[in-house]
Amino acid sequence: MSPPLELDYIGLSPPAATAAATGSADDLKGTELRLGLPGSESPDRRVPVAAAATTTLDLLPAKGAKRGFSDEVQPPSPSAAAGKGKKVADEEEEDEKKVAATPQPAAKAQVVGWPPIRSYRKNTMATNQLKSTKEDAEAKPDQGFLYVKVSMDGAPYLRKIDLKTYKNYKDLSTALEKMFSGFSTGKDGLSENRKDGEYVLTYEDKDGDWMLVGDVPWQMFAESCRRLRIMKGSDAIGLGKPVTWS
Amino acid sequence: MGRGGSRAAPAAAMPPWHALPDEVWEHAFSFLPAASDRGAAAGACRSWLRAERRSRRRLSVANCYAASPQDAVERFPAVRAAEVKGKPHFADFGLVPPAWGAAAAPWVAAAADGWPLLEELSFKRMVVTDECLEMIAASFRNFQVLRLVSCEGFSTAGLAAIAAGCRNLRELDLQENEIEDCSIHWLSLFPESFTSLVTLNFSCLEGDVNINVLERLVTRCRNLKTLKLNNSIPLDKLASLLHKAPQIVELGTGRFSADYHPNLFEKLEAAFAGDGLAVSVSHLHKFHLNIETVNFQVMDLIEDHGLAVVASSCNKLQELRVFPSDPFDAAGQVSLTERGLVDVSASCPMLESVLYFCRRMTNEALIAIAKNRPNFTCFRLCIIEPHTPDYITHQPLDAGFSAIVESCKGLTRLSVSGLLTDHVFKSIGAHADRLEMLSIAFAGNSDLGLHYILSGCKSLKKLEIRDCPFGDKPLLANAAKLETMRSLWMSSCSLTLGACRQLARKMPRLSVEVMNDPERACPLDSLADETLIDKLYVYRTIAGPRSDTPACVQIV
Repeated sequence: MSPPLELDYIGLSPPAATAAATGSADDLKGTELRLGLPGSESPDRRVPVAAAATTTLDLLPAKGAKRGFSDEVQPPSPSAAAGKGKKVADEEEEDEKKVAATPQPAAKAQVVGWPPIRSYRKNTMATNQLKSTKEDAEAKPDQGFLYVKVSMDGAPYLRKIDLKTYKNYKDLSTALEKMFSGFSTGKDGLSENRKDGEYVLTYEDKDGDWMLVGDVPWQMFAESCRRLRIMKGSDAIGLGKPVTWS
Repeated sequence: MGRGGSRAAPAAAMPPWHALPDEVWEHAFSFLPAASDRGAAAGACRSWLRAERRSRRRLSVANCYAASPQDAVERFPAVRAAEVKGKPHFADFGLVPPAWGAAAAPWVAAAADGWPLLEELSFKRMVVTDECLEMIAASFRNFQVLRLVSCEGFSTAGLAAIAAGCRNLRELDLQENEIEDCSIHWLSLFPESFTSLVTLNFSCLEGDVNINVLERLVTRCRNLKTLKLNNSIPLDKLASLLHKAPQIVELGTGRFSADYHPNLFEKLEAAFAGDGLAVSVSHLHKFHLNIETVNFQVMDLIEDHGLAVVASSCNKLQELRVFPSDPFDAAGQVSLTERGLVDVSASCPMLESVLYFCRRMTNEALIAIAKNRPNFTCFRLCIIEPHTPDYITHQPLDAGFSAIVESCKGLTRLSVSGLLTDHVFKSIGAHADRLEMLSIAFAGNSDLGLHYILSGCKSLKKLEIRDCPFGDKPLLANAAKLETMRSLWMSSCSLTLGACRQLARKMPRLSVEVMNDPERACPLDSLADETLIDKLYVYRTIAGPRSDTPACVQIV
């Protein structure tokens, strides 16, 4: 049992010099065993419910279509797994440095929850930026977030995810499986479809066209994706026609 | 106030009012507007306690874990309007782990049981499910007002239950909630015979709403005063909607839509001409000003020169909020600076509440603002880049914020930002006597900063701190202060687990919650006192430790 902390407040050191006081908190964070992972991405408010997944969605495209997105990407590097900290403390320090070194548009890692703006406002801004980009043809600085709706045929609810929290198709696929596996069990309509075959992950791009997920490099996909839809394999044939989706 | 005439008998002089029946006291207490006054009266003696609590009609539970729903219902059996708040404020910015708690269900269940005559229910930052909404619709036959602010967990199916079941609904006010869209046409479930709406706000809803259904609803509700729509209503349909519903006094046009047409408000003005209407505009960067504007909420695209126009036109302005259009754009292409805020503070004498995001500030500007507007009650300044100093003198902004708290004696809410040392906290602690809520981020340089706050700030109720070099000592030295406050949030500071344990031992009426990374739910018992913790949430409670914590939250 450690000795009781000194409760007598007299004897505190005077305030440090008025230079920018960025040092102390960061130093402590870097060296101590921590419970939290500072600087890591907090899950979005609407984090997918961790499911006891006895079934998993097969998110590969229907037979005959182009190669699945999981084939397209490179295997994730260890630093990309930042925020999914199953690591021990000493490895964390390394990863933090890697995360910080990952090229970010603003040349620094995004701080969680800063500036203090509600997520729905961010989404509004994102929508505006995307739309005005079409008109301006000016390169807009990359934002730190991009919320898109995800719907699944047969599921009663829509979800929203921040595409920026995923680094590749595999991360996205895993997250979507977790998010929607709750619906693939027990709901009659869905179990039928499950028997028929796979689900197909599609997205609506900037131009309003529905495309199969996985054809283009991840970064290009992330920048052009406006909405995601997990559709039944049978419906994915003839993709390319605009799909009206309420 | 004795009677005139002969002296009383020499028997022990009981106050004459001692024998008055409870009903008289209940009537007297009905003139006390503030819950705190009623609470004080209830503390005077047993008979006043009895009379007060039995006649309490409005109850506000500012922290849903401060007392149990059963406690509330038993103590105040006659409540007709209840408000319950849940998650800490920083939940708005993703700092609170998901599934943290704040379920509304226990409150709805207790209310259904103990307050069958309940008319108003308001939840803020809580998890409200469709089952909750169904229960509300089914349990209270005279239910009139439902207000949900920053809640989540429900869908349009729940709204359908409310629409279909609440015959006497006057207000349905949905602010900033996350509502799942089941594509259920909930609006059409208000029966044709339903005409009692006075306020309808569904601005946070993302799904589509049938304009024809809306028009019919709005037309038959002749008392409808406030209508706040989402952006599924095409703006050009808005004018025709309003022509059919001239009873509407306040209109919200939903979130900013990129399909905005600049001539829209000319159309709207034509619809409202001559009625002294106050239109609350949301997120417009091309705006059409109404001299009656009281609340103005806008993106920084308005820029300084736009705010100068606001300053000169809207002299009834009371609240101003300016949000960043591109918060992560370090280049700062938008020309919104301290100038805009100085102009508005100089020209709007009724301005008392400000939320302002900008990229640069000076002490001189803050001092001027403080001098212009000593009547601020809420001042929240967010300089987007942490640790930003005065951009001219390169000094910390201590002097500026000190001027604010010294001048604005009625300040109840303050958010500070920019480069700040412990000195500013000394000023705040000493001068901000009415301050109830203080938000601090990336500021201070030692434990002294926190000590100044906790040992001063006489009226402090909520303190939220992130990323500051504050440690164990000031927390433990001021432990008793925490019981006079509603709650304290500290994240990414320098607190150890040992200090939390000590605090919990010393203060049994505080609940000390420690939160860690959700991916690593390791039991606290195994960790040493020296372990640094990431998130701390402390609040006073009479309900004891709660039992609904997720794995990543542990009560010390």
